[in-house]
Amino acid sequence: MFKEIKVLKSHGSQYVKNLRTQPVSALFRGRPVISGDITKDEIKTISAVCPVMAIDGKSGSIDMGRCVFCKECSFLLPEKIRFTNDYRISSNVREALIIKPGSETPVRLDENRVRKEIRKLFKSALKLRQVSAGGDNSCEMELAATGNVNFDLGRYGIEFVASPRHADGIVITGPISKNMAEPLQITYDATPSPKIIILAGTDAISGGIFEGSPAIDRRFIEQNHIDLYVPGNPVHPLTFINGVMDLLGIKS
Amino acid sequence: MDQKLYIEIKNNSLPPDLNEIPVLKYEVFYDQVLAFLKDEGKHCVAYYGVESAGNLKLYCCIADDNNNIMVLFAHELNKNHLVLKSLTPVCPQLHIFEREIHENFGVEFEGHPWLKPVRYPHNRKDRSEIMDNYPFYNIESEELHEVGVGPVHAGIIEPGHFRFICNGEKVLHLEIQFGYQHRGIEKLLIEKNDALQRCVLSESIAGDTSVGHALAHSQLMESLAGIQVSEALQIERCIALEMERLAIHIGDTAALCGDVAYQLGQVVCEALRTTIINTTQFWCGNRFGKGLVRPGGSNYPLSNEVVNEMLIVLYDTGRRYSEVTDLIYSLPSVLGRFDDIGILTRQQALSLGAVGMTARTCGILRDIRKTHPFQYYKNYPVRPVIHETGDVLARGMERNLEARESVKIIHELIEIWRQKIKDIKKPVYDYKLKLNSFAISMVEGWRGEICHIAITDNNGNIAHYKVKDPSMHNWMALALAVRNQEISDFPVCNKSFNLSYCGNDL
Repeated sequence: MFKEIKVLKSHGSQYVKNLRTQPVSALFRGRPVISGDITKDEIKTISAVCPVMAIDGKSGSIDMGRCVFCKECSFLLPEKIRFTNDYRISSNVREALIIKPGSETPVRLDENRVRKEIRKLFKSALKLRQVSAGGDNSCEMELAATGNVNFDLGRYGIEFVASPRHADGIVITGPISKNMAEPLQITYDATPSPKIIILAGTDAISGGIFEGSPAIDRRFIEQNHIDLYVPGNPVHPLTFINGVMDLLGIKS
Repeated sequence: MDQKLYIEIKNNSLPPDLNEIPVLKYEVFYDQVLAFLKDEGKHCVAYYGVESAGNLKLYCCIADDNNNIMVLFAHELNKNHLVLKSLTPVCPQLHIFEREIHENFGVEFEGHPWLKPVRYPHNRKDRSEIMDNYPFYNIESEELHEVGVGPVHAGIIEPGHFRFICNGEKVLHLEIQFGYQHRGIEKLLIEKNDALQRCVLSESIAGDTSVGHALAHSQLMESLAGIQVSEALQIERCIALEMERLAIHIGDTAALCGDVAYQLGQVVCEALRTTIINTTQFWCGNRFGKGLVRPGGSNYPLSNEVVNEMLIVLYDTGRRYSEVTDLIYSLPSVLGRFDDIGILTRQQALSLGAVGMTARTCGILRDIRKTHPFQYYKNYPVRPVIHETGDVLARGMERNLEARESVKIIHELIEIWRQKIKDIKKPVYDYKLKLNSFAISMVEGWRGEICHIAITDNNGNIAHYKVKDPSMHNWMALALAVRNQEISDFPVCNKSFNLSYCGNDL
């Protein structure tokens, strides 16, 4: 009994009080900012270096849906590109993940494009089923972390559940391997409607470094409406949490 | 008569020329493998096929764990006659390698008792083999029933299919079907002829071992390109690897507690893991260390600021982890679920060629940091943690003591690091690789032995790339460990091994 009390005392209070404003370390690689005066030649240089073609060779914009956040472009041109530690980078609009040169505006959801029934039905309780379809287990671990003692997403009634039958939506990680395409479809079909789809991590959003691999099959993504894109390699728990809170219209 | 039967190489030493590797007749090859693997101090690191000019070349690499060396030799087959006598019946640890060669190239291994698909790769030889018709072992009996679990599991974990044959509550047999995670990594590592792309890929082989795999890849490229890195960088890489080990071991302690419904242990350890991965993030901006390890140099050389933060966190987390694990491993309700559950015997571990943590919990010293040292471990002898009982308790205690050991190692490495000149360069991406060579790189990740092998061609391009995650050796160990256990003990058995699906499926 005394041992337990000692452990509890050392443990103290660990939960993140405000999930909206929790600071993360300065080096965390979140939303990039590209200088407005980046030149054509500089764009050419960095887009050639990018391992996942996330940098548009013409405009110099960075697509966070493709970016693996390796930061090599910034190491090459530190004056022109920096990665801020802004982790609120989820959106329900795919194009909103594309950061243009000169833009410092935070990434947010397009309120008008959030499906009505989502907030009506799920605002006070959202149960999610996670499907890893070629995910490398880093995104999976970060999603599991959203429910741990630090982040405690359960405080908003948002939880991962064991069966699609109990779920209001699915969260997909990984580029969708060919061998998981069918189980993914079956899991989605087993989830009762209305239901939502969240893509967690760069691999899920665009295929990431696996784009074009003959071993992946992205038809599911092309054929279904995606309700939330959560970029990251892997997604930070706070990126996921803030994205889902925004989707449900939970202010704080 | 004096034809060389094998060549000796060391981990990350100068890669030999391809034509130095002796190509043996299969009878000689067969006898030699058998002779080597009779010795408990040796195990098979890699045995795989490479297609070239209408033929199939099989490379075999066996590690001599007592003498810091590996032996390497090959056999070549004509593609029109792909039949060989299987080594598995006399040397079971080769079962998975022969299965892989069979799946990729259609080689028939006569006498192999279990020649089943490994991962259903997109470029497999027999396209009629599909996920849906995996040939599960079955027993016809009125008394027995089968339980299928997965590919999508109840927790937030990767996919794989488990098929149990049970007698009541007791598991008679478990067979695991893989392949759901196959992303074509090995092929991509060849096709993406860009150093940075290969780094990013290597970090995604198994994202929970980003540092381990990125280090294996970087070492491999460095040995092929003849790049020497400074001692300071070597130390930093070892620290990164120990931070990864520490974070995972603490996280697994939490998960083990969770599986036996001991909430205090789970919650406390989850919070402790957070402090460690947040420190890694403080260092390099990523909680899993992605981007931290690069060939030739580093984008994130360790600073005094990071070191000071690390020391503070390690002191506090180390103390609290010791405190909570002392509690966990003194509780009858926890010990009752761990002790004598899911036993893997020493003999089974040896015959399966188990590696890493799994081997060490069965009394077998297999730790690449010690037996085939790399980076700064060459100058810094680690003290491997060995347990004998091979049960869930041993695997839990292994994590417990290895985590404490990692804390000590990081402390000691930081002290050495302080004395070194910090001449750490920027990463090198325009390296030139040695032509027509065979290079092998091994790293002791937290699961065990990670091995990357590359073969280069006439132009210095990578002609072939092989990745082996320790999980490939160890999954069968889990299947054996759950035999005769209650099926309700499966989750805790599974967690105690915590093997990688994507590392197996590639």
